[in-house]
Amino acid sequence: MNKSTLIIVGILLIFGMYGCSSYNGLVGKDQDVKGKWANVQTQYQRRSDLIPNLVNTVKGAADFEKSTLTAVIQARASATAVNIKADDLTPANIQKFQAAQDQLSGALSRLLVSVEKYPDLKANQNFLELQSQLEGTENRIAVARNDFNTSVQTYNSSALAFPTVIFAKIFGFAEKGFFQASDSAQAAPSVKF
Amino acid sequence: MLNRFFIFLFLIQSFVFAQDIPQKPNPPRFVNDLVGGLLSQGEINQLEQKLKAYYDSTSTQVVIVIVKSVQPYDISEYAVKLGREWGVGQKGKNNGVVFLWAPGDRKIFIATGYGAEGGLTDAYSKRIIEQVVKPNFKQLRYYQGLDEATNSIIKYLSGEFDADPAEEGDLGDVIFAIIFFIIIGLIILYVIGKMSGGSKGGGNRGGGFVPYTTYTGWGSSSGGWSSGGGSSGGGFDFGGGSFGGGGAGGDY
Repeated sequence: MNKSTLIIVGILLIFGMYGCSSYNGLVGKDQDVKGKWANVQTQYQRRSDLIPNLVNTVKGAADFEKSTLTAVIQARASATAVNIKADDLTPANIQKFQAAQDQLSGALSRLLVSVEKYPDLKANQNFLELQSQLEGTENRIAVARNDFNTSVQTYNSSALAFPTVIFAKIFGFAEKGFFQASDSAQAAPSVKF
Repeated sequence: MLNRFFIFLFLIQSFVFAQDIPQKPNPPRFVNDLVGGLLSQGEINQLEQKLKAYYDSTSTQVVIVIVKSVQPYDISEYAVKLGREWGVGQKGKNNGVVFLWAPGDRKIFIATGYGAEGGLTDAYSKRIIEQVVKPNFKQLRYYQGLDEATNSIIKYLSGEFDADPAEEGDLGDVIFAIIFFIIIGLIILYVIGKMSGGSKGGGNRGGGFVPYTTYTGWGSSSGGWSSGGGSSGGGFDFGGGSFGGGGAGGDY
């Protein structure tokens, strides 16, 4: 047992301890991202649960143009088809998810705009309540997306920074995707009274 | 790789600096008029007292905040940020409500904490804004608008939460401790009295001595208790509740 073996053992020990602590840190941040993602999905789910009700109310209250309604129904179907597991939050997947949901946002906002032409519908109490619920859900989606982005930021900045990146690569902690502010997201359903 | 890290750092930093949410008031208040001149001091005090009384009986924190403008934020985003940063509502219960009014933008928003969403749904918040706040604010009856709106908020939230039982528990513990120590004290005094009485003979037993000391003991301890109660009832603090974007808003 000479000095150099001791030094090597010491370095390995420090390296191992550092590895453990960065691994644990990454696990914690990864879990946080997953939790935030679950919340994002819940809020989008909530919106898609509101849509059948909304469509029925609109259909029942006025002789509404069919194309706008079918657009909403189709967009909802394709948005619910895109389901991303919390283990698979790559930038490409997030983008796919966002594209599908933004399409639904666009269809919904077109629906709400064309409602302006139907005064009966605008005075319908049921429709007004649904509208406020939809607005609230949009706000919740915005908050959940924001929280998710903040959490991903924290995760990414440790998973991509040196020297944690070495351990992230070894243990397979990949970069995660963000929600981007897009043009269609800006046009989320807004309700004027 | 490093480059990306710096971009992230920059993003986080700019995020921090971009926040211009007003600081949490110290001491905390329920009515925070950061503009001034829209309500008289008496009106503010009346609202404050009502909301304080409601908080005392239900632990729900309904906070009115008046800021000049919420630009460049969306008012719902601003309200959520403010509610989170101040921590309106109790931690765990998340039973806070922020009534945000931006006269510069002519906008109002009622933001509900996660726990308050059940009682005060988005549809009810919208109804309060449309039917109570807007008609009053349009005619410059600001106090009536706020007064009636808070009444409605309280009405919708009633029955959702109860006052924190921990406080009552604390008080019960204090009383129990006082009684316990009085009893112990009585026993000790009784024993001492008996011993000294026994050694000195029957003529001067501790009979007069025991009630006299218990009387002073009771007096001093009850004094301590009442002052303690007074100080704990004086203030309140925001409990760290969180918000998820619930609520509704509108322009007037």
